[in-house]
Amino acid sequence: MQGDKGIATPLSVPYIQSPDMAVESDYRDWIALLKPRVMTLVVFTGVIGLLVAPGHLNPVLAFTAILCIAVAAGACGAINMWYDRDIDAIMRRTRDRPIPAGRIQPGPALGFGVTLAAGSVLVMGLVVNIPAALILALSVCFYVFVYTMWLKRRTPQNIVIGGAAGAFPAVIGWAAVTGSVDLIPLVLFGIVFIWTPPHFWSLALWANDDYRRAGVPMLPVVSGAKETRRQILLYTIVLVPLTMVPYLMGFSGLPYGITAGLLGLIFLERVYRVITDRQDEAGNSLTGDAPAKAAFKYSILYLFALFGALAIDRLIG
Amino acid sequence: MALDNQTPAKNASADAARRRRGRSWAILIVLFALCGLFYAITIVKMAHF
Repeated sequence: MQGDKGIATPLSVPYIQSPDMAVESDYRDWIALLKPRVMTLVVFTGVIGLLVAPGHLNPVLAFTAILCIAVAAGACGAINMWYDRDIDAIMRRTRDRPIPAGRIQPGPALGFGVTLAAGSVLVMGLVVNIPAALILALSVCFYVFVYTMWLKRRTPQNIVIGGAAGAFPAVIGWAAVTGSVDLIPLVLFGIVFIWTPPHFWSLALWANDDYRRAGVPMLPVVSGAKETRRQILLYTIVLVPLTMVPYLMGFSGLPYGITAGLLGLIFLERVYRVITDRQDEAGNSLTGDAPAKAAFKYSILYLFALFGALAIDRLIG
Repeated sequence: MALDNQTPAKNASADAARRRRGRSWAILIVLFALCGLFYAITIVKMAHF
């Protein structure tokens, strides 16, 4: 029951899985449990951490490290789907996921997630190094216990603090090569951490109804669209100078500095359009949240391009 | 009429069998891939000694 897990909501709907609902699962359902699209970004930031770190890691071990990061991220997705199966059944965007659709039972999904999480941490520790395994374990615990179970249903700041879980892979990639953590991976962590709220709130602005129906206290549901737009702008204003830190610290060259500056200016322009979107009195968009959709799409491209530029700058610089 | 009732059931059963077969193949591929990976890791680790 949703009410047992966090905020009280008038739309609490018990998750009922009757045996006659059960449908034989396809292997694609098990892949869907791993949230492959989220995994893409996690793998990318992990690869970047690995590429920009000083030192060398054998390609086989580097591949294993990335595989462990990917599998751990997938495990987090599976455990998240197990825990959130009640609200997933309510939201249009998620109701066809394997558990609410009845194609996978909750128990096996949880077992799948826990096994993959434990396996990925174990392999990372045995094959790569212990610090990387410890940070990987920390990121899994943070995502499952802090974000999914504690924050997501209790506070509109869920995505701010929970964003840390998505920021870990760059640090893990770095630790896989160096066996330690210093300032630069923490800056990369900070960039993903500060990038997450404007990225996710741009989505939440137009997926607002889904979250409201499910009783998830996303910022637009709790504080309204106007405040969400203001917060998106504030975080982006902090993000752009933060992306310049690797250049200012001498970790990267001018090409990265220029790229980061240009990408940041474009991001600010997209966010400015979100702020100046035509709205009614309550702040609801009159354009179908077109600028928010554009900002969301750009935010993904932004992170890929930014970290890609950093890696290229480091490799050729 | 009896045939009409059986056909959907047969189709469902065939579909379930197809899905199970797909899962079994996927598990086989993953197991082989892991064997290959662990073999490669062993070779790399041994080269360091």
